Amino acid sequence: MAVESGKPLRGGLAFVKETMLSLRKEPPPPPQPAMGFFTDTSLCIGCKACEIACKQWNQLPATQPFWSGTSYDNTQQLGATTWRHVQFIEQIGRGQPERSAPYKPALPLLDDQSLEAKNALPETAPGTALPFFNSDRWLMHSDVCKHCANAPCHEACPTGAIIRTEFDTVYVQQDICNGCGYCIVACPFGVIARDDQGDHHAHKCTLCYDRLKGGIEPACAKACPTDSILFGEVAQLKAHAQERVGLLHQRGVDEARLYGADDTILDGGLNSFFLLLDEPEVYNLPQNPPRPSNHVAPASFWTIVAAAILGLMGILFFRE
Amino acid sequence: MHIDPHFSRTSALANLYIATRAGGDIVFLGAIIRHLLETRTYFHDYVLHYTNAAMLIRADYQDAEEADGLFSGYNPDTNMYEDQDSWDYQRDERGWPLMDMTLQDPQCVFQIMRRHFARYTPEMVENVCGVSREQWMQVVQALVENSGRERTTALCYAVGWTQQSKGVQIIRAATILQLLLGNIGRPGGGILALRGHASIQGSTDIPTLYDLLSGYMPQPSAPITSQPQSEEAIGATTWGKQVDTKTNALSQQTLTEYIDTSGQKLGWWANTRSYMVSLLTAWYGEASTRDESDRGYHWLPKMTGDHSHLVTSYLMLDGKVKGYFLFGQNPAAGSTNARMQRKALEQLDWMVVRDLYEVESAAFWYNGPEPVDSSKIKTEVFLLPAAASTEKEGSFTNTQRLLQWRDKAVDPPTDARSDLWFVYHLGKRLKELYAESTAEKDRPLQALTWDYERDEPEPGSRILDEPDALLVLKEINGYYVYTPAKAEKNGDEQSHERASLRDAAHVTGFAALKDDGSTACGSWIYSGVYPEPGNNRAASRITDDYTNLQWGFAWPANRRILYNRASADPEGKPWSERKKYVWWDEEQKKWTGYDIPDFPLNKAPDYRPAPDATGMDAIAGSDPFIMKPDGRGWLFAPKGLKDGPLPTHYEAAESPVHNALYKQQSNPTAKFFKDRKDNRLAAVGDEHYPIVVTTYRLTEHHVSGPMTRWMPWLNALQPALFAELSPELAAERGIKHGEWMIVSTPRGEIEARAMVTRRLRPLKIAGKTVHQIGLPFHWGFQGKSTGSITNDLTHMVLEPNVSIEEAKAFTCNVRPGRVKQE
Repeated sequence: MAVESGKPLRGGLAFVKETMLSLRKEPPPPPQPAMGFFTDTSLCIGCKACEIACKQWNQLPATQPFWSGTSYDNTQQLGATTWRHVQFIEQIGRGQPERSAPYKPALPLLDDQSLEAKNALPETAPGTALPFFNSDRWLMHSDVCKHCANAPCHEACPTGAIIRTEFDTVYVQQDICNGCGYCIVACPFGVIARDDQGDHHAHKCTLCYDRLKGGIEPACAKACPTDSILFGEVAQLKAHAQERVGLLHQRGVDEARLYGADDTILDGGLNSFFLLLDEPEVYNLPQNPPRPSNHVAPASFWTIVAAAILGLMGILFFRE
Repeated sequence: MHIDPHFSRTSALANLYIATRAGGDIVFLGAIIRHLLETRTYFHDYVLHYTNAAMLIRADYQDAEEADGLFSGYNPDTNMYEDQDSWDYQRDERGWPLMDMTLQDPQCVFQIMRRHFARYTPEMVENVCGVSREQWMQVVQALVENSGRERTTALCYAVGWTQQSKGVQIIRAATILQLLLGNIGRPGGGILALRGHASIQGSTDIPTLYDLLSGYMPQPSAPITSQPQSEEAIGATTWGKQVDTKTNALSQQTLTEYIDTSGQKLGWWANTRSYMVSLLTAWYGEASTRDESDRGYHWLPKMTGDHSHLVTSYLMLDGKVKGYFLFGQNPAAGSTNARMQRKALEQLDWMVVRDLYEVESAAFWYNGPEPVDSSKIKTEVFLLPAAASTEKEGSFTNTQRLLQWRDKAVDPPTDARSDLWFVYHLGKRLKELYAESTAEKDRPLQALTWDYERDEPEPGSRILDEPDALLVLKEINGYYVYTPAKAEKNGDEQSHERASLRDAAHVTGFAALKDDGSTACGSWIYSGVYPEPGNNRAASRITDDYTNLQWGFAWPANRRILYNRASADPEGKPWSERKKYVWWDEEQKKWTGYDIPDFPLNKAPDYRPAPDATGMDAIAGSDPFIMKPDGRGWLFAPKGLKDGPLPTHYEAAESPVHNALYKQQSNPTAKFFKDRKDNRLAAVGDEHYPIVVTTYRLTEHHVSGPMTRWMPWLNALQPALFAELSPELAAERGIKHGEWMIVSTPRGEIEARAMVTRRLRPLKIAGKTVHQIGLPFHWGFQGKSTGSITNDLTHMVLEPNVSIEEAKAFTCNVRPGRVKQE
């Protein structure tokens, strides 16, 4: 704040100009269509390439090795340094689900000894009598930040560190985050977490913001060998997902459903949504979490009422 | 459909998963073969015309069905089928096989197969594999419905089928199945080996195997005891002399002897001489050309027995091997009977290890699961850092014979160098060292052509002496030894001016290779990959959404499906419009289609060979299997295998049950190494080792761990060795999920975390409950994530044809607890 002696008025003006410059807001980047993920668990092979690609691109430290015994899932949860996490849910021995047409092998035994018999192989229509999936299942699911349309972490953040980018993704600006932790309790999915071993800030999936700015897809989507993780415009992904669910239902996979593709969850849906093969609770996902900000109006109202009552009581009892 | 002892991530995405007992594969497949034959659901036209189903076998042939699991010609003293003559075809006076196109003759292959597989019933599948009739029937139904004219089925397998003492016969059973269903040579069909090592296909194409030369020509052999040569007999399928099937029975001391015994009179292998001379010309250059009769053949090392890795380990253990070069391999943890492997390494004088990290095989002299006394170990270990795959350029061959060129992304760090650099400079120094020697044994080294230097250093690299991988590729592709004719200038028809590797003209394919020393070629099957300067077809990446002929280069001659002649019927018309692939164009008089035809381009479907025809002229226009002397797919293999012409169920060397089909318990020709103390086997049904164990991989780690257990991200994904077992077995043994357990075999004990899961299940075998457990084998004592070595449990019983270990089916016992630290 040095002011040149002998030129107080001009120095002061220059200083004010400088300050105003740094406070001037940059024009926002041009808006893009909303981008997100469609994670289709019916295609996931549990290879964990997504987990590793994310670690490698973002140079995140490895978690302490810990053999959890939870099937093949030893990383266990999303965290400050794990932004893609693959779950494994074993459902062996569930028993055969009800089928509309009972399965019966029906090969004829030919008595005809003549070797001039024409080719006995039947003409078949596409698709055989095999079910789309085994009745024994091992569900595999690559969990990630949902980049909610109405993100509770974004609403809870008191410093403005959490913003929505031009891609409509939810992003934590690390140079602003003060590690207060309000976002952590607000997230109903347990995604965002504080890096207590490191910088004590909140971290989560950035939807590879730096890659998006460079015009390339996120690391996990690029690494996924089966395109279980699809990246693109949210509207297009949702249309594609509807078709995929339709196809699965046609093939008898009645349990297939979308999670977060409509507006049900958090009053706006998820920009990073999923195709699940069972109830959300099976994947440790809340069926329909309430928005924490729903509590703001009633909580504020009752706070004001309580304040008014206490104020009146104060006036009444301490009139003297 | 996924058939496996354990429910894996593959099973999770399959339409159908079937739990089966490790080792019962030939019964599972054999029962399907029997079913196809008995219900006539095989593809009749394909089988009749394209396989040897109609060929008649000699009357003195005795099937395993008649001799309790043994074929005719077995010598119990040597455990070998020394005399395989009885397995041969009946032949006419000119040597052509006799046939019965009605498939009725009791000696025809079709009927022999019916007798051979008669007892491989669905009940036997239940008894031996633990698979219910209904489940097995689902598989059969799906196979039959999806094979034939309109549809095709592919079989994919990995070492679960091959790492068994009868592994080759299991693949044979799959081959028979696919031939019966008409799935070979057709789009969407075939049998695909899912390889486990980067470019391992290349390790047999340009071989690092002891028994092969490039392009699957056999390595010459020199028997230690001379054998009398057989009389010339009718029906010989080689030039002049009857081939004895006993290994090393014939002298191969000269090039002529070698061609006589390993070439073929009929079929494509009639070209062996051209390929062999071109190979010798590539290796020995001018010296080869000067040696007109032998072309330097006598300089090739010759086998005197089984020099495979595992057999050599025993020689090492016996102190007979002085030095060892180990490139990117880790026998101290990755090879079977790993404890014995470590002991073997201790007997070496020296070894050179090239790897990315200090792997178990480099550290055995001071570290290990058992206490190590370095003062007693004399092995001198040279550990040299190797470049990783992204730090070097070169070709990479996938399992479907596809060559793809890999570019270099970065220099390797500090002293790390590529294998190409190492071998090239080692060779250079050896040549300098022996340049003045007059000893005869050093002649081959002196004669070796060995110049792959770059004209200029590699741009952008700090390494100035990296050899030129493209020159190596050029030699592999092949080139003309002499500069093009300067007829006008010299008035000669042919120039005799020798070109160097750099200046020589490329050959465009193996059809150009000659046996007169005018062409050189490092591997005839790869010829055509680099047909002209600037056109490295392995580097091409153009797609067309179907056959993708311009994506990489597939050997031979860029054919994507081998034997694709079989995708058309005997008249040359596709079996169906839907599955058309290669067909005969009557107007243009040539074969055409979506792929390079695997057939002489202009040979008409109705061509029939003259009775005295040889080479490719002996192959009819309706014989797709041109590598075979009779042009047919072999349901019955009259020669070439050490353990029988037809797949026969044998139990694994260690098994909880007796062979339900024959008195012969296990493969009669497998190498048992019974006299080795370190190779004690559990007896059949041994109550101390009643549990079947199989080994497999995880996605997160790679083989014995050298490339993955130094990586913290991967170690976090799979931090520890675990054994997978069913809740029933865990309850029986008092093993709790998540706690430590001990797995023991007669070779040793290891500890692992217990993963109690329903993905393993007990099976009913021969009326009793048999438990199975599964173990990954990724851990060792080096690296950031350490653990027991699973291969300390496995034994050294080797498959007879290829000497592969039986790591996928053996027996063990389990109990809670940890291995005591001494």
